[in-house]
Amino acid sequence: MDCCYIGIDLGSTTTKAVFLDEHERIMGRGITNSRSNYALACQVAREEAEINARFGLLRKKLEASTSIGALAEPLMAVLACNYALAQHLEQLKALHAECQDVARAHALPEAELANVGLALDRIFAALAAQAELDFHPGSAAASDFFRDLATSQYLKQAAAVTRELPVSFDRLVGLFDAAIIRVENHSFAGLYREYLEFATARATADARFAPFAAEIAAAVKETAELRFNVLNIVGTGYGRLTLPFAREQIRSEILCHGLGAHYMFPHTRTVLDIGGQDTKAIQVDGNGIVTGFQMNDRCAAGCGRYLGYIADEMSIGVHELGPLALQSKKPVKINSTCTVFAGAELRELMSLGEKREDILAGLHRAIVLRAMSLLARSGGVASEFTFTGGVARNQAVTSSLEKLVFENYGRMTINISTDSIFTGAVGAALFAKRDPKGVMADLEVSQLAKNPDCGIAATCSA
Amino acid sequence: MNAEVQKEESMVLQKKMIGEHFETLSKSAENGRKVVYTFVPGNLNELILAFDLLPVHPEVNALQSGMRKLSGDYIQEAEKQGHSEDVCTYVKCDIGMLKKGNIGPTGEKLPPPDLLLLSYTGCFTFMKWFELLKQEYGCPVVMLQVPYQAEGKITASQREFVARQLRDVVVPALEEVSGKKLDEDRLKELLASSARAEDDLVYVWESAKHKPSPIDAYFGGVYYIGPIFTAFRGLPSCEAYYRELRREVDFRIAHGMGPTTPEGELRQQKYRIVVEGPPNWTSFRDFWKIFHDEGVVMVASTYTKVGGLYEQGFRHDPARPFETLAEYCLGCYTNRNLPARVDIIAKYVEEYEADGILFNSIKSCNSFSAGQLMMLRELEKRTGKAGAFIESDLVDPRYFSAANIKNRLESYFQMLEAKRQAA
Repeated sequence: MDCCYIGIDLGSTTTKAVFLDEHERIMGRGITNSRSNYALACQVAREEAEINARFGLLRKKLEASTSIGALAEPLMAVLACNYALAQHLEQLKALHAECQDVARAHALPEAELANVGLALDRIFAALAAQAELDFHPGSAAASDFFRDLATSQYLKQAAAVTRELPVSFDRLVGLFDAAIIRVENHSFAGLYREYLEFATARATADARFAPFAAEIAAAVKETAELRFNVLNIVGTGYGRLTLPFAREQIRSEILCHGLGAHYMFPHTRTVLDIGGQDTKAIQVDGNGIVTGFQMNDRCAAGCGRYLGYIADEMSIGVHELGPLALQSKKPVKINSTCTVFAGAELRELMSLGEKREDILAGLHRAIVLRAMSLLARSGGVASEFTFTGGVARNQAVTSSLEKLVFENYGRMTINISTDSIFTGAVGAALFAKRDPKGVMADLEVSQLAKNPDCGIAATCSA
Repeated sequence: MNAEVQKEESMVLQKKMIGEHFETLSKSAENGRKVVYTFVPGNLNELILAFDLLPVHPEVNALQSGMRKLSGDYIQEAEKQGHSEDVCTYVKCDIGMLKKGNIGPTGEKLPPPDLLLLSYTGCFTFMKWFELLKQEYGCPVVMLQVPYQAEGKITASQREFVARQLRDVVVPALEEVSGKKLDEDRLKELLASSARAEDDLVYVWESAKHKPSPIDAYFGGVYYIGPIFTAFRGLPSCEAYYRELRREVDFRIAHGMGPTTPEGELRQQKYRIVVEGPPNWTSFRDFWKIFHDEGVVMVASTYTKVGGLYEQGFRHDPARPFETLAEYCLGCYTNRNLPARVDIIAKYVEEYEADGILFNSIKSCNSFSAGQLMMLRELEKRTGKAGAFIESDLVDPRYFSAANIKNRLESYFQMLEAKRQAA
């Protein structure tokens, strides 16, 4: 039995979970979109983290194997993408059923209902076929949220099918909008053993791994059956108070980001976190304990949602913003810090013939300038400086930030990790581990165990 | 929130005093009493009472409207009249209240002013406020120019400058409105009474040095300053109020009790905090509850000194009536320069053995807010105590974001806890 501590960060956009072992090493991480249901988001993120922890243990086992050892890396990649594929196919199946259900509930004329049914069959057949192509080792699809992936592909297939069948596009979109919410209100991780079987079967069908089929199957089975004993769990982030956590199991995201950043980069003194709806500037001491902080109080301009809004205005994906902005040779100055006004300014600049990349570079700089002001208010920037949160994944933001920090505070070490989105959850897990009460025995274990959304059981026998 | 709020004798007394004052105001016309509008900081209550005039404090009416959830409508009314979103919300609340019938906090109509007495010019907005009221009421304004304590202390020439204006400008204006000559003996009596009440108030403030503190010097404190900063300073009822308050405080000290709060007694005091800046009035009780729930007691605050820093030694002195009034006007908290304000707060932190310092920065009050972040940095450096900085507003409910403020404060309290554990 593996004992572990869990930290859950319920952000406004995404919910993250991290499993730590008894030596404070990260065992697994999970992330999902927050939906409108924090309890479910919490459960899904936790399950994702648990699966991630199982995969981590499996990897260790395979790497240690004398026969498989060298092949562990590609084998794990094949297993992981096929696991994701299996879960994706299961979700598509559920989405298909929900779409049919919604259609029936609409009491459509019989002929239309038949056509809608036919259209849905064709769309979902195409989606399943597409998934087989999209999920391969190293592909981005496996790390995208189901909602995002399903939406773009469904809309594409729905548009195509309306050219063949007498069904309106709006009807199909309406069905999808209602059905996706229902699907999102379920967790699909309960079938993880089946997904693992599916992944194992696919992997062992590969000629490279076929000779070790029995050993692989045994290792997978062993990891699948492993039980995690959760000793303590701490929640943080915007939704933390909506969780059925005891008071002792809740920490502010400021403290969690401070401690999480210190864990990832022990020499951290200043932390900047830009999340979906807030920006935090945090100062920490040598132990990761927060000594001061500032947050945006009255306005969420310059946060992750701002970028989402701008991406929508430009009809491109959020992940495309940074790379495009980096192509700029002559950034445009953006005056508006208000998200809505920035949208108006953007359209005006486009109409004046400014290049998209130059406008975007200006918008990214505007975000960073707001963050710089907050940092100054929190007490400045001291080395080492760690940048966390979802927006830290945007390279145009990071390069602009680096430039401004060097200009204003001199050259220093700036830490940016691709895993920085998990910083708050890591901090929460550390608080869970370091709780002076030690284990959650006298915390609300029974309450948590009773709650199906956060079902955690256990005492440690290790 | 629905639990019955505990009432102490001093609270009952204060309520009665306020009720009677507003009733007198509502009947001022029939009784031939003249009315003076004036502001709390540097108010010349003894002088006003010496002429038997009735004072009205527009900013107190505004904060009362805020607590009674009326300010939002009043502010919108003022904005409809053309007042900018960025203007002091006390002003807009007052103008809006005026436009909607000038009904005071007790439900009775307020009389129009016979005189607007501006006795503190340290707040630039006060001048503009009375300029607006002058336009509305068509009554005279008398203005006392109060120089800023740029050097951190009151100079002899400043005192003389203000005292001369009191004699040459303010007294003649009050004589004209009241139709009476100044009775200096009466003024001295009133000043002597003020000093006695001030002694008792200082005793109450300093009681917060006890552990547990028997008072909350900020949330509870705003009630304690009610009589002395408004229409009652100089009157026997004011003295009686502070005697009673002092008695209640002594009782709590003797029994190791904490302050009375709307959520009950706060005996378990986890953190002792010094606060800078006015409170938010529209969510006053919710705001207080955040602290109560975390076991936080406010041991000293600067806001409760806006009408006089008695614990720094000032007392109204009947032997030098004009000089003492001049010193009172010059001594307003916001008339002190930034280093002097830092000194005051640092002293509070030390004397009251505080765990931290909280700044509530008010969007529409530059008198308080300008320079606050720099003050906080300096205080953190000097005292080694952790500071928190939150932002809200006086009476505009649109600028109180409960979720954000709760989030900041929770983070702050957890930070104090983490620091304590690490120590």
